[in-house]
Amino acid sequence: MTKISEETQETRTGGLTSKPVVDRKDKQQKRESKNVMQVEDLNLWYGSNQALYEINMDVPEKRVTAIIGPSGCGKSTFIKTLNRMVEMVPIVKTSGSIKYRDQDIFNGNFKQEYLRTKVGMVFQSPNPFPKSVYDNVAYGPRVHGIKKKEVLDEIVEKSLKDAAIWDELKDRLDANAYGLSGGQQQRVCIARALAVEPDVILMDEPTSSLDPISTSKVEELVQELKKKYSIIIVTHNMQQAARISDKTAFFLNGELVEFAETDDLFQNPQDKRTEDYITGRFG
Amino acid sequence: MLGQNEEGIKKRMEGRVLKNKIMAGLFFLATSVGLIFLVLLFYRVLTQGIGYLNWNYLTSGPAPYPEEAGIWVGMIGSIMLMAIVAIFSVIIGVASAIYLEEYASQNKFTEFIRVNISNLAGVPSIVFGLLGLTFFVYIFNFGYTLIAGGLTMALLILPVIVVASQEALRSVPIDLHQASLGMGATKWQTIARVILPAALPGILTGTIIALSRAIGETAPLIIVGAATAIYTLPDSLLAKYTAMPIQIYNWTARPQEEWQFVAGAGIIILLAVLLLMNSIAVLIRNKFQQRL
Repeated sequence: MTKISEETQETRTGGLTSKPVVDRKDKQQKRESKNVMQVEDLNLWYGSNQALYEINMDVPEKRVTAIIGPSGCGKSTFIKTLNRMVEMVPIVKTSGSIKYRDQDIFNGNFKQEYLRTKVGMVFQSPNPFPKSVYDNVAYGPRVHGIKKKEVLDEIVEKSLKDAAIWDELKDRLDANAYGLSGGQQQRVCIARALAVEPDVILMDEPTSSLDPISTSKVEELVQELKKKYSIIIVTHNMQQAARISDKTAFFLNGELVEFAETDDLFQNPQDKRTEDYITGRFG
Repeated sequence: MLGQNEEGIKKRMEGRVLKNKIMAGLFFLATSVGLIFLVLLFYRVLTQGIGYLNWNYLTSGPAPYPEEAGIWVGMIGSIMLMAIVAIFSVIIGVASAIYLEEYASQNKFTEFIRVNISNLAGVPSIVFGLLGLTFFVYIFNFGYTLIAGGLTMALLILPVIVVASQEALRSVPIDLHQASLGMGATKWQTIARVILPAALPGILTGTIIALSRAIGETAPLIIVGAATAIYTLPDSLLAKYTAMPIQIYNWTARPQEEWQFVAGAGIIILLAVLLLMNSIAVLIRNKFQQRL
């Protein structure tokens, strides 16, 4: 999308929060960035509890977008809405629209299966299948109908390399993924998500159950992956958001309070609530 | 310490430790009651039946004299019956459980169905016998045949299999659902490739328990007409048949004392078949668990 539409978007976001929030991106405009997903006026309810209020947000292509906020602010709910995973809870209702590359994902003709092929996800705690490393990574391609051994071999190798774990595991492809360390499991899960060749990768606090070394490996990986993929990462760790993201969104009580270039948001927050949060006054 | 003197705490400790010992003893006693009666059953059955247990007993059918009578026809009848029961009840039971747990929307109606399936598991087996008599014997016009008996027994254990399979499916972590669906797999692919393999040990355990119940059932078979004196093996699904519990029941009802021993031998064989079935199922289950 062009800058103009982004500006309209900003005005709208600004209008909904108590203070106008400006997305100043002039200095970081390294390339004319397109948007891969656009969220408009998104509301979400769990039964009669509203969890998200009028969210408007453009997700830029091939950049890392971090979502921060205190527990229960709706950040996990929000990214699970982007691949419609949130609807696994039967009482969920939504209004508004989310577009993936200009297609409305809530449209009845737009298949959930297609959406999730394009918008992959890495979860909070590593969730490999109780199968071998190979079968884990080959799961996605197989589901999509690839049967040839040579093709699968190639995908598995490439995905594990892209997830920076090939060298550690190339001799252990037949080992059960449950026997790996937590950090390795999480990178296998990332490789498994990559094997489907998604466009967007959603990461829901992917390092929250990992030790510091594994965490830094995953963080490095994210930097590598953004060359090819658009990444949205939920984190409750503000330092992590500052380290690895290009843009940051701050959620509070189901509202998107501020969404800006990461450096700007942390150095010069426009909203009082953002400032309070990043300076540690609450949350 | 805690505002009391050390002496008082020590004193009461004696009492608490003693109470713990008494409770442990009581629980052991409760367990022994079951064990003692099991041992008595084995002892009685073995001492009475072992004398009649020989090759001839295993390979011949019912006969007018105790020395010539055997369990063969009943044993094969029971095994064929169990095969029919297993095929129908497992396929329908697991499929129902998958529908209820994975596909059905969670509303009052499905909740109602769930509760009622659990209730069905407690319905007396003779009621299922009457149901089988009405439907399979008369309405479907199968008559007093193997298939009518098999289907009746399948209905009898269906609720047990549905409930056990539901439990097994429910215990598969939601993480695995999410991982699979998150890659664009359909619900069915997720079920077939991830959920069912993970739930299989639990489903098999439920099936073992249910089949063990079925193989010893007598009441419904009497109603749907398992014969008591059949001299040949059933040669089709629509043939007359008998089963081990029916044979044993019939023998115990006879006045001459020797028949009690023949029945005892029958019980030994019934227990042996039961044990064999369970061992095979446990082996299959362990094989799948290792693959996880």
